[in-house]
Amino acid sequence: MTAAAPSGSDAAASSQAEVSAEIEAIASAYDAVSDAKRVTGETQPRLDYPPYRSSLLRHPTKALQQADPEGVELWSPVFGPRDVDALEADLTIQHRGEPQGERIVVAGRVLDGDGRPVRGQLVEVWQANAAGRYIHQRDQHPAPLDPNFTGMGRCLTDHDGAYRFTTIKPGPYPWRNHRNAWRPAHIHFSLFGTEFTQRMVTQMYFPGDPLFALDPIFQSVVDPAARERLVATYDHDLTEPELSLGYRWDVVLTGPHRTLMEAGE
Amino acid sequence: MTALLPTPGQTVGPFFGYALPFPDDEHLVPPGTPGAVRLHGTVYDGHGDPVPDAIIELWQADADGGVVQRPGSLRRDGHTFTGWGRASTDRAGHYSFTTVTPGAPFFALTVLARGLLNRLFTRAYLPEAADDPFLVGVDVDRRSTLLATRDQTGYVFDVRLQGEGETVFLAYPRHQP
Repeated sequence: MTAAAPSGSDAAASSQAEVSAEIEAIASAYDAVSDAKRVTGETQPRLDYPPYRSSLLRHPTKALQQADPEGVELWSPVFGPRDVDALEADLTIQHRGEPQGERIVVAGRVLDGDGRPVRGQLVEVWQANAAGRYIHQRDQHPAPLDPNFTGMGRCLTDHDGAYRFTTIKPGPYPWRNHRNAWRPAHIHFSLFGTEFTQRMVTQMYFPGDPLFALDPIFQSVVDPAARERLVATYDHDLTEPELSLGYRWDVVLTGPHRTLMEAGE
Repeated sequence: MTALLPTPGQTVGPFFGYALPFPDDEHLVPPGTPGAVRLHGTVYDGHGDPVPDAIIELWQADADGGVVQRPGSLRRDGHTFTGWGRASTDRAGHYSFTTVTPGAPFFALTVLARGLLNRLFTRAYLPEAADDPFLVGVDVDRRSTLLATRDQTGYVFDVRLQGEGETVFLAYPRHQP
């Protein structure tokens, strides 16, 4: 089976069935190769992923240039208590009233590729409200805004690399990639490591979402095991009685370089 | 140490505008500061159209070439140079930083955009760093995409995500596909 060629910029003309067929064709081709000779699977999304129509004109076509990190690239910007108020980690207390929806805690650790905690580093999150609406002015989804929910938060990781947000479970929402396209519920995460080269922006998903198979952004990570690393785990130990459900999600950044050069560490 | 498998990236999406920007995010030094320069340019897609929903992040050495390790980027006090900033493109795809010329060969940049499934890294080399060993190792036809040019206010560095004049983007040794 081969993927149907994307029909140009009038992407909304595609049906979910057409997009799903493209997704399936790419997945089958990956499985065929990976079963044969793959040692390590792909760990990142494909930049060139035609089922996600907006990527068609926005992915580089040339191979990335290999570079050894130099100078500032071996370091990260520093953030501290002056940058982030501890209250910014609670997205449910930013207004006078309580937001609508299912209150949740999302917590986990930020680690580098060698398993070391990333300490005192900035984590930023943003998300839709419980009805699937972003406060962003360009979000035209006719679901209600919640006057008590903005949907953005920040925190600094602690000594163990741990972060913790209190928020509302975001709703899925429609978008115009193709006809009847819906994004699975997700929270956007922005992360820094101990080095510039570890900078990452990603999305965290909720377990068991029925929209996973249909979503070209989630499926742009073609390796199934890598995709699973975007999905949080329900954690009853994080659940608080009479208050909120808990989800755990650890983030692993790429490996640092500087530590490799420090013999004996 | 056991190597852990990295978490995949995902696109920044279209709706970051109320979350990632912050006051003076693009002003590493206040505009009008003696010695301040502008680093600015336009982000283009594969059709040559401007990208109005991109974010460029800047990380650079200070004027003496030192790596800055000071907090305060998110709540700038107007006096502390932190070396880091964030600029959203406007409706014309244009971004602009007010900063100082680094005492180092290049500005390190991260590119995020709707439609871009993972962040990209690049370097904007100062015009006088054209003989830098790394640049010399880049295909001669593409080398100029990593060189900022000078204008009256500072430096111009356009980012072309795809096609003619496509910017050279970087992978570092511990990055995996």
